[in-house]
Amino acid sequence: MKNATDMSQRHDSGFTVEVGAQSGQKLSACYQCGNCTAGCPASFVYDRQVNQIMRGVQLGMKDEVLDSRAIWLCLSCSTCSLRCPNNIDVAAVMETLRHMARKENRVAVGNVEKFWFSFLNTVRAFGRSWEIGTMALYMMRSLRLFTDLDLAPEALKKQKLGFKPHVVAQGGASSVTRIFKRYKERAEREGVRP
Amino acid sequence: MRIGVFVCHCGSNIAGTVDCAKVAEIAKNFPDVVYADDPMYTCAEPGQAAIEAAIHEHKLDGVVVASCSPRMHEATFRRTVERAGLNRYMFEMANIREHVSWIGKEQQANTNKSAELVEIAVAKLRNNRPLAAKTFDVTKKTLIVGGGVAGIQAALDCAEGGIPVILVERESTIGGKMAKLDKTFPTVDCSACILGPKMVDVAQHPGITLYACAEIEEVSGYVGNFSVKIRKRATYIDWEKCTGCGACSEKCPSKKTPDVFNEFTGTTTAINIPFPQAIPKKAVINAQYCRQFTKGKCGVCAKVCPAGAIDYAMQDSFVTEEVGCIIAATGYELMDWTIYQEYGGGRYPDVITSLQYERLLSASGPTGGHIVRPSDGREPQTIVFIQCVGSRDNSIGRPYCSGFCCMYTAKQAILTKDHLPQSRSYVFYMDIRTPGKMYDEFSRRAVEEYGVEYIRGRVSAVYPDGLGRYVVMGADTLLGEPVEIRADMVVLAVGIEAAKNAPALAEKLRISYDKYGFFMESHVKLKPVETNTAGVFLAGVCQGAKDIPASVAQGSAAAAKALALFARDKLENDPQTAQVDARRCVGCGKCIRCCPFGAITETEIRNEKKAQVIETVCQGCGLCTSTCPQGAVQLSHATDNQILAEVNALCR
Repeated sequence: MKNATDMSQRHDSGFTVEVGAQSGQKLSACYQCGNCTAGCPASFVYDRQVNQIMRGVQLGMKDEVLDSRAIWLCLSCSTCSLRCPNNIDVAAVMETLRHMARKENRVAVGNVEKFWFSFLNTVRAFGRSWEIGTMALYMMRSLRLFTDLDLAPEALKKQKLGFKPHVVAQGGASSVTRIFKRYKERAEREGVRP
Repeated sequence: MRIGVFVCHCGSNIAGTVDCAKVAEIAKNFPDVVYADDPMYTCAEPGQAAIEAAIHEHKLDGVVVASCSPRMHEATFRRTVERAGLNRYMFEMANIREHVSWIGKEQQANTNKSAELVEIAVAKLRNNRPLAAKTFDVTKKTLIVGGGVAGIQAALDCAEGGIPVILVERESTIGGKMAKLDKTFPTVDCSACILGPKMVDVAQHPGITLYACAEIEEVSGYVGNFSVKIRKRATYIDWEKCTGCGACSEKCPSKKTPDVFNEFTGTTTAINIPFPQAIPKKAVINAQYCRQFTKGKCGVCAKVCPAGAIDYAMQDSFVTEEVGCIIAATGYELMDWTIYQEYGGGRYPDVITSLQYERLLSASGPTGGHIVRPSDGREPQTIVFIQCVGSRDNSIGRPYCSGFCCMYTAKQAILTKDHLPQSRSYVFYMDIRTPGKMYDEFSRRAVEEYGVEYIRGRVSAVYPDGLGRYVVMGADTLLGEPVEIRADMVVLAVGIEAAKNAPALAEKLRISYDKYGFFMESHVKLKPVETNTAGVFLAGVCQGAKDIPASVAQGSAAAAKALALFARDKLENDPQTAQVDARRCVGCGKCIRCCPFGAITETEIRNEKKAQVIETVCQGCGLCTSTCPQGAVQLSHATDNQILAEVNALCR
């Protein structure tokens, strides 16, 4: 069995302050009612519930929070923020935690990040998303070759998947590409993973 | 003049950051100061004795104490100097605690500021004159606004103490929210059975005059002599004649009238008596639904009334009562929970409020005490209670705890098991707050003896499952998992808010209210019944959330305050009143128009119009002083000369 958490050793108040500052939220306002967890549509796959993440942040339990799968499985739907009786933007806190985890190279659910990259690659290339391209890139990156393949016939029938990408006209696509380039340069300057 | 200065250490409260001995030393150089000292605790008995001794020994005719806020101890030291033979207004206070030592840390700056405040006080004192209070008669009568359990208790206690009571109730019957409850925690005794006799006592007590269907229109006057104008709303029934037989409501054809008393869980007739134990037991017509008023013809009740009491032409009438004090006991309302879309926003018939559930539980309710679903009349098998609906929710501007919901939810869950032994009850809660005598034991009984499932967490959504039941989605934060319950009925423990017209009444009574509309007590801990307006007292939830025992206790406390006030035959006014210098007054009348207390009248001196202050009515607010274009009105103890002397002392 796991030893009791030594709160006096564990408490990293710097982490709490940092999350509060980056997210712009008053974390001490959380009184653990559980409204966020109750409303969360993804909570059934979380290893730690949203209110537990909030508690972890309050207690400065950096490793437990940043290594949790929950922050990656969050859908950013913001139901938690909507329901919070204390006006905390919980979704912004989750977003902040993902940024912090990426900076420290500790992405607990790599496939989520791979999906993001796959999606963003198509946007960078064409100026807007391309579903089949995203699918193909994600399958290669994640080696999950048959994931959700059963949905393809239905989606094709409804014309939800186009074989040809829509390219933003009149130089729009290359403008978007330039935005990505600028971002990449800045990330390299600041030593953040692009 | 011979002035003594006492610079209090207040233990380390002041001395911690102020060099009190040095302040006393500096004070010796101020004009007319012949004695200065720095005692440890000036307000303590030895400290006060030292002031008295110094007055005698040094023949002082004025005293300055530099210590805490005058709100704290001005009255104390005024009595001290009075005991030593000085007039109580030959005393001044310099606040070097709240205004200096508690807010600044730097000793040098604090010491300088303290010395300056003492200098100001000395300058003021040199311009002080002895003032004497005037006495005035008291109308020994109490007016109570609100006939809930707090108002009833206050009325009975006052009347038992020999003080006549005017009880004003907005609804057609007294009893308030308690009359709507089925049982009361933690003893589970019947609410109507314990409140009913008290209501009857109100009706039968010769010292109590009851105005139901009435509201406060205007309040004027001051402690001891208030004049209150009461609006008696038209009931369309002559209550002198009505016997409460109920023949009218039996025959009334308008049977679809919303039943306010039953919290809209059923319908009633347009003419009706809200419940069998109503006091006064008189009928009232709801003109919005009465066919005589909406269609212009019907008149059934007028035909069947054996007493001939129906009067469709009745108008609102007014009555003015002279009283010596007023007790506000206006209670509360449930907040509008339909802003919560996640609970259906009022669209689902089987999602009801706790007060509606009380009416379903009550034997005198619309279902005769059978718990059935409002939608189809079936007995529910699974009932979910959701606590803190509209309480402790900062996002809707209600951060406060409503106080009694934890207990009544436990009670309702227990009663549910009594009524429907096969049923299952679930309670979603944030925290269980049961800090009363036998309270926590009671809520534990719900879990241990009645098998109520308490789930620590919130509900995120309630929606119909399409098969006649409701899906309640939520979380169990102790389990750390989302949970889901199929429920037949959902009961919301809706939080409270101040009565609708509470702020308007507060303004009429000239008392303060907080941003939620609850009336402000004079001191949170030490003056919980008094307000900042002398002669106006508070009882019950109008002051803040409280349950029945606390409301009753505060009702009695307010009555005790009223009785104490009336124990004296005459009251003394505060002599800090406005004075008119008739030689300067040009009779323009601006002061008369601006006085909020009606304390200034017009008089004639040698055929010239002049203003005159009624000293017992004047509250010393100073509005007239600053309004008078001639500088003819001066406020005693805050005259222009006194204020300018203070400014001079500081700016010289």
